[in-house]
Amino acid sequence: MSEEFKVEILNPEKSFLSRDDVTEIVIPAFEGEMGILKDHISIISFLKPGIIKIFFKSTQESYYVEDGIVEFKNNNLSILTSSIFNVKDMDKHKIEKILKKTEEDSNGSEISDQDKYLIDQKIDTLKSLN
Amino acid sequence: MASLDDLKKRIASVKSTQKITKAMKMVAAAKLRRAQEGAEKGRPYSEKMNNIILNLSNGISDKENAPKLLSGTGENKIHLCVVLTSDRGLCGGFNTNIIRKAKSYFQKILNEGKNLKIITVGTKGYDQLKRIYKNNIIERLSFKDSKIVNYIDAEKVSKIIINNFEKKEFDICTIFYNQFKNVITQIPQEQQIIPLKASDAEGSSSEDNYEFEPEEDEILSNLLPKNIATQIFKAMLENSASEQGSRMSAMDSATRNAGDMVDKLTIEYNRSRQAAITKELIEIISGAESL
Repeated sequence: MSEEFKVEILNPEKSFLSRDDVTEIVIPAFEGEMGILKDHISIISFLKPGIIKIFFKSTQESYYVEDGIVEFKNNNLSILTSSIFNVKDMDKHKIEKILKKTEEDSNGSEISDQDKYLIDQKIDTLKSLN
Repeated sequence: MASLDDLKKRIASVKSTQKITKAMKMVAAAKLRRAQEGAEKGRPYSEKMNNIILNLSNGISDKENAPKLLSGTGENKIHLCVVLTSDRGLCGGFNTNIIRKAKSYFQKILNEGKNLKIITVGTKGYDQLKRIYKNNIIERLSFKDSKIVNYIDAEKVSKIIINNFEKKEFDICTIFYNQFKNVITQIPQEQQIIPLKASDAEGSSSEDNYEFEPEEDEILSNLLPKNIATQIFKAMLENSASEQGSRMSAMDSATRNAGDMVDKLTIEYNRSRQAAITKELIEIISGAESL
């Protein structure tokens, strides 16, 4: 039996990615990184800024996300997100641009602890990419 | 009867109007295709979002402490209406239809003695509503500069709505937009987004037991604001497809009417030219006969 399942990543504007030969996916869930294999129990969770790693038979792809919702059901994984980029497309210039904007946000006065946590996560992720 | 010169000028002017309407029709047709594609591509996202919310709200155990965005404030005094219209005119009854729908709703609210607040998105809606409801409009937005409908704009609208909700500025929020059915038919819609109506969240509610991480209410309170943005984005997509469809059919009939007018004017022109020639001939002949 194959150990593959289907992954769909949806943007508000379009379907970003749809593959049915995924062997493993690692997502930055809100309460910590989470690896999902085939026949995982149905789950709903949401994402914090981080890297989604998708493993195929012999290759691997990485995506940077800022937020999103994950649903896994019957070996179908859907990720709804409004901000996702392939790590390959993130050059130094782009990373620095986002980083600068995020740092400006974090200096804003009225942010809750949760927002602060999310912003810190974002900065850490971006720095690790850089 | 108008002189030959006047007729000639009128024909030329109608013809150039026809050229413009024809060009606008072509442009609208091309834009419509893109807008329709956009609306179709955006559908899976909003459907999935609806499904997840439905599953979550079914799974929520403590209904009383459910997030306010889902259950409402428990009151029904102040209504916020978000009216989505276009920024450009010449699109047939597109804007008028939304406004008419919205106005009848406003009237109902005011008759019941409730408070009314309005946010207009798109300049045409503001222009039509400012005469009567100027004092009710709390915000006017326009995304004239964005070439295509994008999610960032929808997020801006939803942020304003949520900020107002958190300040307890309103109890119930309804959005007005045109649903795209086909090129000739667009149906004006009113949709309540706060509190979320269960009937609006259509979809297959599965009996699956989900595992939630973190807790249901925490996911919900994170998800509901996003859902509002998604709903508004959906409405904006539908609206832009409707606008182009409406413009296309309006310009199509305008082109046809201009064609009819040119035909009629040409016949009139030819008749009066012929009449002038005949008159001259009669004058010459009778002049010759009298000699």
